[in-house]
Amino acid sequence: MAEEKEPMFSPKNIKLLTNPINVDNPITKQVLGICSALAVTVKLEPAIVMSLSVLVVLSFGNVIISFMRNGIPSRIRIIVQLVVIAALVILVDQVLKAFAYDVSKQLSVFVGLIITNCIIMGRFEAFAMSNKPWPAFLDGLGNGAGYAWILVAVAFFRELFGTGSLMGMKIIPDSFYDLGYVNNGLVLLPPMALFAVATIIWIQRSRNTDLVED
Amino acid sequence: MNKNSNSYIFIYASVMVVLVAVILTSANLALKPLQDKNKQNEKMINLLGSIGVAADATTAADLYKKHLVKEVIINEKGEEISTFANGELTGTTRAFDVNLKTALYNANSKNITAMPLFVMNNNGETFYIIPLFGKGLWGPIYGNISLDSDKNTVAAVNFGHDSETPGLGAEIILPDFTNRFIGKQIFKDDKFVSVSVIKGGVANQSDIDAINGIDAISGSTLTCNGVTDMLHDCMINYVKYLKQEDK
Repeated sequence: MAEEKEPMFSPKNIKLLTNPINVDNPITKQVLGICSALAVTVKLEPAIVMSLSVLVVLSFGNVIISFMRNGIPSRIRIIVQLVVIAALVILVDQVLKAFAYDVSKQLSVFVGLIITNCIIMGRFEAFAMSNKPWPAFLDGLGNGAGYAWILVAVAFFRELFGTGSLMGMKIIPDSFYDLGYVNNGLVLLPPMALFAVATIIWIQRSRNTDLVED
Repeated sequence: MNKNSNSYIFIYASVMVVLVAVILTSANLALKPLQDKNKQNEKMINLLGSIGVAADATTAADLYKKHLVKEVIINEKGEEISTFANGELTGTTRAFDVNLKTALYNANSKNITAMPLFVMNNNGETFYIIPLFGKGLWGPIYGNISLDSDKNTVAAVNFGHDSETPGLGAEIILPDFTNRFIGKQIFKDDKFVSVSVIKGGVANQSDIDAINGIDAISGSTLTCNGVTDMLHDCMINYVKYLKQEDK
């Protein structure tokens, strides 16, 4: 019963929140959710909305699965997890359509594709199925945030160098273009997102050699 | 209780599915009015955009009311079978509520023609706006084309798409492309020819006059062909109406 008295923000719980942002990042360390990192990072705004949507689905999904964990028949647990994800994603989609119509149009199919985002299934299976709701919520928040900052960083880089703007506003002044500067069209294509993620992984591992596998 | 018994699994699954269905249905019902309003606003913004009036979600409804002369639905003989003007509806349906996809399907394969047309007014000029719907490369493309009061010269077009390739086909929505349509004509010697999007440049064509075509976007041939087909297939239903003299 000693566990019951564990403070809400014990060092162990804080770790759940901060680890996925850095050393156990879902994209750079666990290498999950790469596909959506390529797809929605051409512009900053959809990347932010996508990140928030994943964050919400992942945190609440983790909590729901954690509450249900003792009742879920293990033989159909993957199906149960999928139903929870799908239901949450449809809710997010409906809310976006009602309150952020323009953004929901931009994201179009990608909102639906949150269902197949492997980070979510991965965290449900690896963490929420065997932990209490509060740690599960923190784990969801942490992993969602870890996913989010990579997405935003990549989108920042791609929108700035690909179209010369951020959030749709011109950043690179016209005088640069007059001097012969051109937007890099390659940055807008999916491969460049991989290069960007790879660069982040490279920087991260060169600073923290513990992460380097043999 | 044995959690791996078949009966437990069946009961668990059934309860879960019913519960989720109830939650999703109620969310959908609760948010439906807001979503429909967004869609209507978008439609009004696009219609206003095609006569050169900028609007946003908050002003769309008022501006639309102000600039609308009438909404009509026309049949295959070019007759108005339904009119909506000054808030009064004569006939069965408002053109605004017509599902264009269904209307096109009916016109092409069932010979039931009931096509929506919008007559709008801006600074004393009358515009005839024909809504468009067609196939792009990856998904649907749509838009509006507005004709000047001579019912021949293109005043403006706007397009939208769901999933055309960014940087290539998706460029059809940009002013760079849509501005090319301005001043083009859809009739040639009183015969309907539509406006074609021409790969390789309209200047190099022998069979199409420069006034009936525009240059395509390099690398987006299939989307541009989709635009050509959409313009032709939608507008052909209106030819009889457009050729009528003003009464």
